[in-house]
Amino acid sequence: MKIVVCMKQTFDTEAKIAVDANGKINKQGVSLIMNPYDEFAVEEALKIKEKSSGEVTVVTVAGPEGQDALRQALAMGADKAVLVDPGMDEIDEFTTASILAKAISEMEYDVLLGGFRAIDDGSAQVAGRVAEILGIPVVNVVTKLEIADGKAVATSEIEGGSQTVEVALPAMFTAQKGLNEPRYPSMKGIMQAKKKPMEKKALGDLGLDAGQVAPKVKAISYFLPSARAAGKIIPGEPADAARDLVKALREEAKVV
Amino acid sequence: MIFKLSEEQELLKKTVRDFAESEIAPKAAEMDEKEEYDMTLWSKMAEMGLTGIPYPDDYDGAGMDNLSYAIAVEELSRVCGSSGVFVSAHTSLCAWPIYAFGTEDQKQKFLKPLSNGDKLGAMGLTEPAAGSDASSLKTTAVKEGNEYVLNGTKIFITNGYHAEIYVIFACTDRSKGTRGISAFIVEKGTPGFTFGKKEHKLGIRASSTYELVFENCRIPAENLLGDEGQGFKMVMMTLDGGRIGIAAQALGIAQGAYEQAVNYSKIREQFGKPISANQGLQWMLADMATQIEAARLLVYKAAYLKDNKQPFSKEAAMAKLFASETAMAVTTKAVQVFGGYGYTREYPVERMMRDAKITEIYEGTSEVQRIVIAANILK
Ligand SMILES: Cc1cc2nc3c(=O)[nH]c(=O)nc-3n(C[C@H](O)[C@H](O)[C@H](O)COP(=O)(O)OP(=O)(O)OC[C@H]3O[C@@H](n4cnc5c(N)ncnc54)[C@H](O)[C@@H]3O)c2cc1C
Repeated sequence: MKIVVCMKQTFDTEAKIAVDANGKINKQGVSLIMNPYDEFAVEEALKIKEKSSGEVTVVTVAGPEGQDALRQALAMGADKAVLVDPGMDEIDEFTTASILAKAISEMEYDVLLGGFRAIDDGSAQVAGRVAEILGIPVVNVVTKLEIADGKAVATSEIEGGSQTVEVALPAMFTAQKGLNEPRYPSMKGIMQAKKKPMEKKALGDLGLDAGQVAPKVKAISYFLPSARAAGKIIPGEPADAARDLVKALREEAKVV
Repeated sequence: MIFKLSEEQELLKKTVRDFAESEIAPKAAEMDEKEEYDMTLWSKMAEMGLTGIPYPDDYDGAGMDNLSYAIAVEELSRVCGSSGVFVSAHTSLCAWPIYAFGTEDQKQKFLKPLSNGDKLGAMGLTEPAAGSDASSLKTTAVKEGNEYVLNGTKIFITNGYHAEIYVIFACTDRSKGTRGISAFIVEKGTPGFTFGKKEHKLGIRASSTYELVFENCRIPAENLLGDEGQGFKMVMMTLDGGRIGIAAQALGIAQGAYEQAVNYSKIREQFGKPISANQGLQWMLADMATQIEAARLLVYKAAYLKDNKQPFSKEAAMAKLFASETAMAVTTKAVQVFGGYGYTREYPVERMMRDAKITEIYEGTSEVQRIVIAANILK
């Protein structure tokens, strides 16, 4: 069983987001982590491998700093890592998906996995786009996955409930919280990680040029949510205060 | 000089921090309150290989260096001092002498299960009359045929009761003074080996501290560690390494308290502004940060020297002395930053302050560290 996981490095969940003088998100000194949903994907890949034997390759589109997240995946137990450096500062889902699909198309694969969304831009597009480019089915927000006899039975979230679907392999699955409990890298795993292959590629190595994968969407500006106004205390006797509160809800907050 | 951790050390630091924050931190206050360690955490640490970090793969260890081990103890202690000493006493005081002085059979039989976490380890040196002066041991080991017969009492033994493997120091020949001390491996459950009083302590309350009682306890002669009479040398060498672990524990406790203080100082408002806006408080935080950084460099350097097979006895003593006194100073200041809230059990800094104190006492008091340092610089 050949399993490929699409993985993204994101800001730490506790990182303080700030916009710099040029109106861009400030990346200075922010600690980076593996996108938590991708951790579920890596864990699931390892589980499938442990059940049926096989090989897990983790792919990311990122600058050199992305190696840290790849190393974590290798330490968790993945066999190989591939980093494709797009050589561009701002990319969109089209760029990422096009590069990933090209890189994956050169590998053997039965199962593709990814997080259902990244916690930074939250667009939930990349995995679906990769599947589309590769012409394979995709099952999104998966909370349970069984692989057997060349097919997969996946349970995924739908509005108000869940559904179980059967799909032929190869196919892409995107991980939702609940799919599993990701393991911590073991100390031995950390030591083994440095001996495992980590390929670093540029667009040219995949036969791509920057024009082909140039982003189609450009962010015009970034801004932070405005600070929350302080709460308001309505003083007075209970009956008066209640009347003032209703009034405020109607006229100021306009919620009733 | 390169002040940079390797990629593996960085990943280990991040991994242990994640683990400590997600799994240990939520339980730290409760374990302290109940004076009991949650042994499911031990199983999780074993799974991750935190139980044999600096030992080779052949003995089920992780094959990492001593600096990695120090960083792991630091990260565990950052959220829970008891967890730090739990791993440190196991790794440095019990597994290490077996690794360094054990026969191949002893390593297979005892080091492996210690490293892979099947069994927890402890070390028994201290006795009622033998504290700082470890040479005045009263516990005896008398050879009878293929066995040694142990008699005596050990006190203040970390991981006591929970541990299944004990390295015990005893006199085999009192007439020879320190040259008459020998080391033995004793398994829990050996007839004649029982547990006495459990200590109720100021800090590291989740770490068990027990009295060990040996009454005609017969152990196989093959459980002698090294040769007869080598025990005292082993004690000194074991404590040299152990001090790096305790220094790392102290460093972690200080770091944890410092971070708590910084965060709190930014959100607590008095006189219409965060308390961190006062220079009096800022200077306190600046001193804490500086002391911690200095302690970290001493601890990492001692570990580095050990990894590079250079003498490190003086540096380990300096690291332990400075880091433990830093931990006491920083945690006391952290409580001060929190004011009255810091004095209550609602916040972790009072626990950290209680936990810090022991680092100035065990594995050689601060006074003993100064004796070791002075002996090194005056020789
Ligand atoms: C929680 C806890 C866990 C422990 N874990 C272990 C363990 O796992 N295994 C183990 O074997 N032991 C353990 N110990 C014992 C510990 O190492 C000793 O308590 C410590 O070495 C000090 O010995 P003591 O308590 O007898 O103090 P003492 O030696 O009586 O010292 C009392 C005071 O006198 C000072 N002093 C003594 N001699 C001198 C001197 N020559 N010059 C200047 N000052 C001096 C000391 O610094 C100290 O301030 C533990 C102790 C505690 C409290």
